[in-house]
Amino acid sequence: MEQILEILIVWPFLAFFISLFLPKENEKIISGFTYGLVGLHFMAIVAFIIFWMTKGIPDINIKEISLYQTSHLNFFIDFYFDNVTAVYCFVGSMLTFLVATYSRIYLHRESGYKRFFNTLLLFYAGYTLAVFSGNMETLFIGWEILGLTSFLLVAFYRDRYLPVKNAFKVFSIYRIGDVGILLAMWASHHLWHENITFAKLNNYELVHEHLVGHSLFGVFISMMILIAACAKSAQFPFSSWLPRAMEGPTPSSAIFYGSLSVHLGVFLLLRTMPFWEQQIFVRVMIGLVGLVTAAIGASIGRVQSSVKSQIAYASVAQIGLIFIELALGLESLALVHFAGNAFLRTYQLLVSPSAVSYLIREQFYHFVPKHQNIETHFSKKLEYSLFLLSIKEYNMDELLDRFIWSPFKKLGNLLRFINIKNIYYITIPTFLVGVLIQVTRYNIPDFVVEIMPELFAFIGLLLVFRAYAGRRNVFVVWTLLVMNHFWTVLAISFNDNLTVDEIVFYLIGVIIAGTVGYLILYKITQLEKGVDLNRFQGHVYEYPKLAAGFLITCLGLAGFPITSTFIGEDILFSHIRYDQIFLAFFVSSGFVISGIALIRMYARIFLGPHVKRYHEVAQRSA
Amino acid sequence: MNNATHIFKEENVIHHLKHYLPAQAALKDFIHHNTLHAFQDRKFYDALTESSKIFGYKTSLSVKEYRQLFLDKKISEDVLDKVLNDKKGTENVSAWKYKLLEYPYEDNFSGRRSHLRNNWKDLYSVDLDLAIQPFLFRFLCSYLDQGIAIWKFPEWNKGFLTTIREMERNTYTSFFKKPRAKRLLMDRKCEISDLLKILVGDETLYEHYLFDQQFSHPGWSGMVAVVEENPVTLIDSRRISLQELIIFELLLEIDTLDEKFGENWLPLGLRLAKKVTPLFAPVEKTEYHEVLHLWQDAFEWSYYDQVLSGIVTDKDVRKESNQKSFQALFCIDDREGSLRRYVEDLDPDAETYGTPGFFNVEFYYKPMDGNFSMKVCPAPMSPKYLIKEEIDNKVNKKDFHFANYTHSLFFGWLITHTIGFWSAIRLFINIFTPRLSPATTFSFRHMDKFSRLSVENSDITVQEDGLQVGFTIPEMADRVEGLLRSIGMVDQFAPLVYAVGHGASSVNNTHYAGYDCGACSGRPGSVNARVISYMANHPEVRAILKERGIVIPSSTLFMGALHDTTRDEIEFYDEMLTDTTKSQLHQKNKMIFVKALSKNAKERSRRFVTLNSKIDIQKLHEKVKTRSVSLYEPRPELNHATNSLCIVGSRRLTEDLFLDRRAFMNSYDYKIDLEGNYLFNILKAAAPVCGGINLEYYFSRVDNLKLGAGTKLPHNVMGLIGVANGIDGDLRPGLPNQMVEVHDPLRLLMIVEHHPDVVLKTIQRTPELYEWFINEWVHLVVIAPEDKSLWRFSEGSFHAYKPAAQTIVSVDNLETIFEHQSENLPVYLLKN
Repeated sequence: MEQILEILIVWPFLAFFISLFLPKENEKIISGFTYGLVGLHFMAIVAFIIFWMTKGIPDINIKEISLYQTSHLNFFIDFYFDNVTAVYCFVGSMLTFLVATYSRIYLHRESGYKRFFNTLLLFYAGYTLAVFSGNMETLFIGWEILGLTSFLLVAFYRDRYLPVKNAFKVFSIYRIGDVGILLAMWASHHLWHENITFAKLNNYELVHEHLVGHSLFGVFISMMILIAACAKSAQFPFSSWLPRAMEGPTPSSAIFYGSLSVHLGVFLLLRTMPFWEQQIFVRVMIGLVGLVTAAIGASIGRVQSSVKSQIAYASVAQIGLIFIELALGLESLALVHFAGNAFLRTYQLLVSPSAVSYLIREQFYHFVPKHQNIETHFSKKLEYSLFLLSIKEYNMDELLDRFIWSPFKKLGNLLRFINIKNIYYITIPTFLVGVLIQVTRYNIPDFVVEIMPELFAFIGLLLVFRAYAGRRNVFVVWTLLVMNHFWTVLAISFNDNLTVDEIVFYLIGVIIAGTVGYLILYKITQLEKGVDLNRFQGHVYEYPKLAAGFLITCLGLAGFPITSTFIGEDILFSHIRYDQIFLAFFVSSGFVISGIALIRMYARIFLGPHVKRYHEVAQRSA
Repeated sequence: MNNATHIFKEENVIHHLKHYLPAQAALKDFIHHNTLHAFQDRKFYDALTESSKIFGYKTSLSVKEYRQLFLDKKISEDVLDKVLNDKKGTENVSAWKYKLLEYPYEDNFSGRRSHLRNNWKDLYSVDLDLAIQPFLFRFLCSYLDQGIAIWKFPEWNKGFLTTIREMERNTYTSFFKKPRAKRLLMDRKCEISDLLKILVGDETLYEHYLFDQQFSHPGWSGMVAVVEENPVTLIDSRRISLQELIIFELLLEIDTLDEKFGENWLPLGLRLAKKVTPLFAPVEKTEYHEVLHLWQDAFEWSYYDQVLSGIVTDKDVRKESNQKSFQALFCIDDREGSLRRYVEDLDPDAETYGTPGFFNVEFYYKPMDGNFSMKVCPAPMSPKYLIKEEIDNKVNKKDFHFANYTHSLFFGWLITHTIGFWSAIRLFINIFTPRLSPATTFSFRHMDKFSRLSVENSDITVQEDGLQVGFTIPEMADRVEGLLRSIGMVDQFAPLVYAVGHGASSVNNTHYAGYDCGACSGRPGSVNARVISYMANHPEVRAILKERGIVIPSSTLFMGALHDTTRDEIEFYDEMLTDTTKSQLHQKNKMIFVKALSKNAKERSRRFVTLNSKIDIQKLHEKVKTRSVSLYEPRPELNHATNSLCIVGSRRLTEDLFLDRRAFMNSYDYKIDLEGNYLFNILKAAAPVCGGINLEYYFSRVDNLKLGAGTKLPHNVMGLIGVANGIDGDLRPGLPNQMVEVHDPLRLLMIVEHHPDVVLKTIQRTPELYEWFINEWVHLVVIAPEDKSLWRFSEGSFHAYKPAAQTIVSVDNLETIFEHQSENLPVYLLKN
């Protein structure tokens, strides 16, 4: 049984890698391959689930390979299969199969045909990994893959302005969710003193015993998980990304934002349920978030006058209800609700273009000019206010902007004095002073050394803000983003026990990605006589290979699970003491913002309408 | 500006703006028209250059694309030489040929538009579009919404701005962030020029600024202008004007700037460092443009010359049968040409005619239980008649996926738990065995086959919706006579005469109206076909016709039918015949139609790369039908793609030619119309309809991103009136890429069979008609009937024309060609 499970998990990854090498021109091979492999996978999953049911629905936990092991830390991949996994993987593989079939003809002749199916397979691999995951680390890998593929599919029409802008928006909000997961993982290390598996969480006594005396810690972890779940499932105040993600071809919107990706936050809550279930405060919070979202989502949904945004907000509101169901402990109901919502919204999105002829015909026969709404009994003033607020989506976007993105930019702009001329004169000596202090610790009072980690992590974070606000020089931004990792290492090295091995393990990925990325930037500035970050430049049009290479280096630098840096992140976090919540916060924010800044760089240089005027570009508003 | 006279005249500028904005109506009324209608008072090539320089449109293929066509032999070298010879003189041919073929021109698709307003970004670092457009579009869409939103716009009867004022007064929130814009809104005397004074300052720049602003979202502005001019395009009517939209947008702009800078910022016009070229300043025509135009000429005549050579080639004369088995009247639509060929092939005694598919009967049609009536005749006509459908029972099936309650919180909760799972099964069924569903637009559903129609007026004093119900006998006679004379069908009537309208079927197709009959305002032609047949069968009508010299024997029966161009199916109306011999005859003819339709499906299938045309013809036909009901099929049929000819004359001209479904064909007999009166009526309709279709395809094809609608895959339905990309995008008028990708952008060549002098007088009867030809938006070649000599119209007169030498290949088996070729085919001579 366990071997079968392993095959089921590896399968989509293999399919993805093979699909990269399929001939670009041959639609039949590309879509046939995807159709066949996803179809077989779907059947295998159905067969497996039946087999599993005959065995009496056991919970299965498989501890896979350890990727990194020291005395205090074991980073391992772990898989888990229970009723939650069964429902999620069944719904996921069925919908992916149907959408892949649908897209075979739907995307015929579309430029980017292969890219679409590559991304779909990678998405499917990430989804499968996430739903089969047995611990937070494994889940996080799948989670990151989903974030990336979402970005790629929203920006599928990468030569237009709006898709790229909205893809970046989606990615930024996903990154906020990532802070939640990173901090939750960090705090869990300290709570359990190991990488806890979901299987162990089912042990009520164990959880209970750990939570006693660490109740605040428990609340912290749960709240971080809740933030991650809210971002991924478009709950308040993050809801506005969901309708904006509907920029790709309709089937990709259907599967990602109608059904699978958007329910992953729910999955995270379901998985960690045994843990937060025991904390009343957390349950109240989850219920509240659900309630607010359901109310706001439903009211925004009611005023939507475009088909896709209407479906998106209807879905958001239903997920709000699922959150409430979870808070009430109705796990099975939530699972049924998830599946029904996923199927319904996928189908509704797929038939959404038919709304024109259907509703017009409907209206032709049944139009009633004077309408009666439940709203009519409101007072006029309340009615208008609610209507206007709903149209404005309750200013959720402005809220995020005012409290999150704007402060970042402002901080970054304060450091605008750092430019290509002085970046090395300013940062390197400061860094060396730090290293000197670390190495000698000569005559420095303990209370000063005590704050060193926070200090250096904060400097690193400020420089990331500077990179985030950077507009002109790509090399300054890139250098700052690479150096952030060094600052982080420096900061944490003041804590005990950080070995040279660990540092090397962490930095090796950074150095490789940093160097290659720098070279690509150098090359493109040579070819184009300069690029900047002021606007989208769309160079992927002429340099698709450079663009792909740069994306990979950005991902490497952002700690995406393709280099050792990904595991290194976890190692570094394990060295942050449980009382250093600020340090944890600075470091995780640094990771997250640098990730956003990196994708921003990629988007600004390579995506969007091409700057050159000798071929057609669409209107900006198109 | 202290002058008493103002440079800026609001009314003129708004009028000017409306003239240039896209004029596409709501989706349900999709009607093809010349995308660059605003430039039609200029010569075609001047219009191309100007619109490209001013608005940044790509108005022809690029030099690179033309060169590729040349390499692919789609542009013939002989024709190219001939064009250069005619236009540039023999001595300059080689120099120009070098320019066309080799000189490294760089394309540049940037226009003057937006140069002024871009300065907000450059000088003030403010992105007004980013700050305003998403809200503005959403708000406009809510206001104009025709039935998507559950909570409808709370107030609209008073007009757009009044509604906004009313809402602003009665709300706890606000449209604006700062007080000034609110104050300006409430001040009813505030005009566009007052707002522009705050924003721009310099009066000479006002017009340019408004153009920049409105053309940053041409889709929505165009829609507002259309609704203002033609409110009936919305079922649920709304009052709005372009002026109101502009005021609201200007207020939002002021508010955005106030929020960023406080109330003290310098108007844009006063901070400009360098002068901005006026939008409509004369456009300089460069050599690059000339090269493009020469290429376009060569491209067009490479094809036209083939057609013209084909038409004048001497062929074996088909012997005319004296015993006609049946006659069939089809629409002039380019999609009907191939079907006519198969019908004639399968029954050599049959005869086919082409005429605009409303069959010369103009009226509104009101289906049973309908709340509204729809126009089923060419868009510019305003009929005075109403035809009603009467049936005993009619069922419109519903689909809960489109129902509002699925979006509400509590019903939605119930539904996702229950029928949400039904969706999964539905999805499975629809993907693996596509079938007709309530979501499908199905042409045969336009009118119930067994319904009764109120064709004959019973009481002219009774009016319904301001229309007369049905036609009186003399009114019927006029229409039948007009139809028959215009196509030259005045004697030798066969026992059965079919009037075959056409419609289309598709699903998940927002542009469905564009697939139906253009002569019926984008609706299927079934009602018209039945109505004209009823009229022509009426004994009293026939009596009047007899007096006027058209004798329809009592043994002749007219019968209406509808051809579904997507599914290649046909439905006949009122076919329960009492006369058994006629009934048998009809059954025999029906078999011919069915067979012809399968062959037609095969011919069409060659274009569908996802279909294998070699399989058994019946299976192939089934697959073609499946396309019309498949959710995932963005190309159920190719509609008017590749259209490029309009032939007005006898079927004799084209019956032995393979024209690859590229020709509109209007039957016409010059012999009974020596004055050109019927010809005038034909051209008056054909030039704007066929020319409009052709030019919309042309511009959507050459600049699919700005003048077309782009790829349809990410389209989102906005308010049931238009489509946009995603949810924040501007409306996208024009045709999606999937409709035009196989289209060759050629202007329409109109071929008329008559004497050049008569034709010249005819086209000069009205300036509107003449404009199409004198400004070269449509080419015109006349075939003199006696000697088949060709006369090309240019610069106001006809000149003898000789096509470049072309060898026209004869083929006897088209089917093998269909099985192997998916590209545009050359003109072939058909062997009999």
